[in-house]
Amino acid sequence: MNGRPAFVLLEDGTWYSGTTTHEAGPAFGEVVFTTNLTGYQETFTDPSYIGQIVVMTAPMIGNYGINNGDMESERPQVAGVVVRELARKHSNWRATGSLSGWLAEAGIPVIEGVDTRRLTRHIRERGAMRGLIGAGAGPTPELKAELLRSPSMEGLDLASKAGTREPYGETGGGKGPHVVAIDFGMKRNIVRMLALAGCRVTVVPCDTTPEAIRARKPDGLFLSNGPGDPGALGYAISNIRELAGAGLPTFGICLGHQLLGWAFGGHTVKMPYGHRGGNHPVKDLLSGRVLITSQNHGFAVAGSTTDGVLGGPDLEVTHLNLNDGTVEGIRHKSLPVFAVQYHPEAAPGPHDAFPHFQQFMDLMGA
Amino acid sequence: MPKRTDLRSILLIGSGPIVIGQGAEFDYSGTQAARALREEGYRVILVNSNPATIMTDPEVADRTYIEPVTAEWVEKIIAKERPDALLPTMGGQTGLNVAMELYRTGVLEKYGVELIGANERAIRVAEDRDEFAKAMRRIGLATPEGTTVTSVEEGLAGVERTGYPAILRPSFTLGGTGGGIAYNREEFEAMLRRGLEASPVGSVLVERSIIGWKEFELELMRDGADNVVIVCSIENIDPMGVHTGDSVTVAPAMTLSDREYQVMRDAACKIIREVGVEAGGCNVQFAVDPETGEQLVIEMNPRVSRSSALASKATGFPIARIGTKVAVGYRLDELPNDITRTTPASFEPVLDYVVVKIPRFAFEKFPAADPGLTTQMKSVGEVMAIGRTFKEAFQKGFRGLEIGRSGWVVGETLADDRLEDGAIESILAAIRKPTPERLFQVKRALLRDVPVETIADRTRIDPWFLHQLAELVEAEREFGREWSTGRSNGGPADGVERALIDRMKRMGFSDRQLADLAGITETEMRHRRQALGLRPGFKMVDTCAGEFPSKTPYLYSSYDEENEAEAKGDKTVIILGSGPNRIGQGVEFDYCCVRAAMAFREAGFRTVMVNSNPETVSTDFDMSDGLYFEPLTLEDVLEIVHLEKPLGVVVQFGGQTPLRLARGLEAEGVPILGTSPEAIDAAEDRGRFELLARELGVEQPRNGTALTLDDALAVATEIGYPVLIRPSYVLGGRAMQIVYDAESLAEFFGAAMRVAPGHPVLIDQFLEDAFEADVDAIADGQRCVIGGVMQHIEDAGIHSGDSACVMPPYLITEDQVAEMKEHTRRFALKLGVVGLMNVQYAVKNGRVYVLEVNPRASRTIPFVSKTTGVPLASLAARVMGGETLESLGVAEDVAHPYVSVKEAVFPFSKFPGVDLLLGPEMRSTGEVMGIADSFGMAFAKAQISVDGSLPLGGSIFVTVNDTDKPAVVAIARRFHEMGFRIKATEGTARYLRARGVPADRVLKVHEGRPNPVDLIVSGQIQLLLNTPLGKLTKRDDYILRRAALQHRVPYTTTMTAAAAACDAIIALRSRTGEVRPLQEWHEMTRAFMAESKA
Repeated sequence: MNGRPAFVLLEDGTWYSGTTTHEAGPAFGEVVFTTNLTGYQETFTDPSYIGQIVVMTAPMIGNYGINNGDMESERPQVAGVVVRELARKHSNWRATGSLSGWLAEAGIPVIEGVDTRRLTRHIRERGAMRGLIGAGAGPTPELKAELLRSPSMEGLDLASKAGTREPYGETGGGKGPHVVAIDFGMKRNIVRMLALAGCRVTVVPCDTTPEAIRARKPDGLFLSNGPGDPGALGYAISNIRELAGAGLPTFGICLGHQLLGWAFGGHTVKMPYGHRGGNHPVKDLLSGRVLITSQNHGFAVAGSTTDGVLGGPDLEVTHLNLNDGTVEGIRHKSLPVFAVQYHPEAAPGPHDAFPHFQQFMDLMGA
Repeated sequence: MPKRTDLRSILLIGSGPIVIGQGAEFDYSGTQAARALREEGYRVILVNSNPATIMTDPEVADRTYIEPVTAEWVEKIIAKERPDALLPTMGGQTGLNVAMELYRTGVLEKYGVELIGANERAIRVAEDRDEFAKAMRRIGLATPEGTTVTSVEEGLAGVERTGYPAILRPSFTLGGTGGGIAYNREEFEAMLRRGLEASPVGSVLVERSIIGWKEFELELMRDGADNVVIVCSIENIDPMGVHTGDSVTVAPAMTLSDREYQVMRDAACKIIREVGVEAGGCNVQFAVDPETGEQLVIEMNPRVSRSSALASKATGFPIARIGTKVAVGYRLDELPNDITRTTPASFEPVLDYVVVKIPRFAFEKFPAADPGLTTQMKSVGEVMAIGRTFKEAFQKGFRGLEIGRSGWVVGETLADDRLEDGAIESILAAIRKPTPERLFQVKRALLRDVPVETIADRTRIDPWFLHQLAELVEAEREFGREWSTGRSNGGPADGVERALIDRMKRMGFSDRQLADLAGITETEMRHRRQALGLRPGFKMVDTCAGEFPSKTPYLYSSYDEENEAEAKGDKTVIILGSGPNRIGQGVEFDYCCVRAAMAFREAGFRTVMVNSNPETVSTDFDMSDGLYFEPLTLEDVLEIVHLEKPLGVVVQFGGQTPLRLARGLEAEGVPILGTSPEAIDAAEDRGRFELLARELGVEQPRNGTALTLDDALAVATEIGYPVLIRPSYVLGGRAMQIVYDAESLAEFFGAAMRVAPGHPVLIDQFLEDAFEADVDAIADGQRCVIGGVMQHIEDAGIHSGDSACVMPPYLITEDQVAEMKEHTRRFALKLGVVGLMNVQYAVKNGRVYVLEVNPRASRTIPFVSKTTGVPLASLAARVMGGETLESLGVAEDVAHPYVSVKEAVFPFSKFPGVDLLLGPEMRSTGEVMGIADSFGMAFAKAQISVDGSLPLGGSIFVTVNDTDKPAVVAIARRFHEMGFRIKATEGTARYLRARGVPADRVLKVHEGRPNPVDLIVSGQIQLLLNTPLGKLTKRDDYILRRAALQHRVPYTTTMTAAAAACDAIIALRSRTGEVRPLQEWHEMTRAFMAESKA
């Protein structure tokens, strides 16, 4: 029942002990926390978490096992998992296996018994930083050195590895508008939601050229979520500028939102510890309504309600995070272009922002 | 949308007395609501008949009416105060029902009073089962199949379609009163009749049974701009079929995947919108089929509830406060999160800990009641525990329950766990039926290696929970093995021992549990643990799982790495609360703790509250400077003391719970503020107290103690029967009995011994027909001031907590009152009391006897304070903090120029099969107060607060025993003169007629029909006067009293209460009752005191 000793080491030298039941690692990544109470399977399979070690602030993880329906991509994507307690046994009518077995099979290190609240508070105070999960009673000097040599999130293009390498999906026929979705590491539920809204969707690799996209005769362009630093995706930014700037109805989520910001003159900043969880209040500045949103991002479009999007005078801030005042949604002042920083497709998280998919449909005149 | 400025004054309706299903949680919500409204500058008018609450303190509202919470009386208040709006959602089902009646009868319209928070339509849709089912269909949600019926015939037709077992839910009742699960036609008919009676609108929903489905609850909040947030999800360990108030519950939900949770969340958001709660909170209950995940909506409450109190404490999101603010117009995003203070209230709390709530029951007080748990709530209180893991919280919960278990441990005997024998088959049969002991039976099964799957199959408890429990059992085994291996090798090495203990502490095991497993004493285990440097850390409840810094020290302990709490300054005072509510220790002690905390704070101390009860004001994080939500055990309190290094610990406000810890704390060198533990012991110890009384020249009933039955018989013979027997060290008259002969002494002695094993049973001369009185006083070591003298209305032999009482006394002479005051002063000064003291006296044949002295806050402190306006608990705190009564300006005994009556409220309607007769064992759950310028009117108000009304005419049925016959003549004559018809059974009728009181003869129950029960059922009797007639007709009497209860006919079972009821009816017939706020009454007292001084 008791695992072998293991630890989480951060680049500032602090470390946290725990245990692990399966041998894997050491695993390197940016250590971030999410406050989602449920939805660990969706979280771990979300490609936006590539390169990250995820700390779950909810202490009891694995209770309902894993199942085939809650995959947001074909496999766990996280670099590692840190929890307070990992369920030995699970119980749920949909469960097809245990979380620990599934992570072990995928070779994803998981450490439990960690004072995750202490770790979370540390990240809150010092910011998200590089770290690793290692086996043994504590870190060695060699490992510390190796950690400092590992890549930092800033300037990292992870999207090109996260998304599809081949186009797939709709090739013609059907009635709804045709949406070309650029895949920077897209969650499956986005495709499901677009389809549910009535779109025909073609998913293309993130470096697809504007010509190739136009050749598919899209009615709308979708920019997906994904991992890494948007600033490192110069090629994507110019492609988007070309397509959206020409008046193609465009909708972006998360990384897609950040890229749209860049495309119209704005830029992004790295946040101290990001937003990850399912309880972030976002104010829709147009309606005054508050949405409880699902979030997962470490970068944000620079701006505010008073200044708008910094460097992007053609953009308008439409949504604001009520916790810290960061930009959560933008739209173009004259073009049919909008984006949100949070995840309207949820999975995991609340469904308050589902209507954005209909908004996109409306924009495409469907 | 800022707050509304078109409203100036707002009426708040409280929930009345504490009853099962409607408890202290509404003191929490009412108090928060009143404070939230006043903060915004509204004038708050409050009505509640329950004096034992913080909300009825005159400082909480602008106008405080301790008057009956009925439409008739609230209308009087509306007519007088002319509020602009009424907030009906803070006073439980009572508040909602009264508001609806005021709406239906046109009172609100007549006076232009607007319903805020939830409007009439929303309340109706949520409360009316049929309308609710229709509303759910409109939004595409499923409810269990069912039909609403208004007659037995309709019901039988309905159940044909839905089948057995069938669930019955009477409309508009609280705590599922009158509801239940029927397994066959017979049960169904009986239950349906009861349900139709219980429902104020005479309708019952008959539902398809979904027993065994998983049960969940969501707490929501919506503002006027249609923003909705989910505050908390709660999962019940006990599946559908057990009332959620009786279930062990966990927050957040443990076994829902995100997909299922979001479906539930979407449904809840749709429901609050469709039902139309415009600005306020609600909860929605769901059932989930464990096989398929199918979700059904069970019910929705458009108001704050017991669950919202739990959710507030579990998350740190103050639901009542925020609900009030949105009701007056604020949007959620305009309100701050009170814990972080930097983020808004429009968010959903996330937890990085697990909360477990465990109900507390009182079946030991009602041996005849069925301990089976069903859809009708039966628990009287609850404990909440917080841990970093489920296992830790679960164990902390059981030790915080204060039922003599040091955690989740099996009872010493099979009977303790409600088992007849230890065979596996018997255990497996027992766990099919939910009872308060089921989880202990489950442990016995696990200890016998019964597979989790088998237990899951029998109990329908989700296997995830059972696996968690199995891990605890496994850990115990491993610990035992490794500890003894270590022992045989000359004791485990420090490092090994540390790891061993640490692992167990992280799973929530108490020192005592580990000590028992290791075969050493608790003290030894504690010292070893501490020597190994193993101490818990304290973590914050911060609503956001650490994402944002939090300013509010709301803490819980956990054996995790980091400690976030720290000692602050050298003026810290720790106040120990009273733990879960139980009969004998309820909201009145929480009142005292809160008043004390406020007073210490005013005097410049830093106050730290320790309590484990989520239904309280004391566990609101802004009531003290620091809140530790922890079990009240010596181990847990010592760890807090170790961290906080307080000036002292306060044990005298929280009832027996903290008092029991006093000696242990003292032994560990912890300073106790106020009256010393030594003095407390001198008063509680029978032998020492007798010497003290003798020394002071105060007469006591003859008494003795005994450890064996032989001794007891000898003592009783010497004293002379009847005698009163009771165990040592208990509150609420546990196992107390009056015995008239050796035979019954033998019968009850064993029971008394079992309650406090090893301690002598106390045997007192029983003073028959004596008057009893309570004196509450306050002392500073130099001076003692009398706060109030209360005379009991019922005779000696009925527990003081169950007896009505009146202030000032009305049948005791002034000389006797003076004598009691004098005795009280002598006791206080001799014992060196610093703080509060309560003394009970009996008066017989003109002589004053002392019954007991309790140097601590008593149950009557809030009643006395509400009566006179003198805040005794606050003053006591100031005195304990070092001030003198003189410096506080309290020199004179308090006197007041009006009458105040306290009446007890009983849970008999929840327990079919239980007799209503009162005795020395306390059984009431709550109390009400009536205040007026005459005894009759004060008593009338108190009775109306209990029963809803008193008859002004009609028939009264009299059946009394021979001893009471002389006394009943005068009472019957007065009723006759008022125009009542007197009906009586043969003996009583003849006796009355012979003395000139006309009386109709009615057949006794066993004589034939129509009998008195028939008359009660057919509404021909408006008042029942019945005293126990003796063994032969015991069954008759019992049936009669139960019939009166079921058909809501007011009844009295003592002559003194009957006489008082007569006074009350005379008062009500001669003039209409007036309402007057406490603030005005207290002004009269101040004027009266000033006058008598001058």
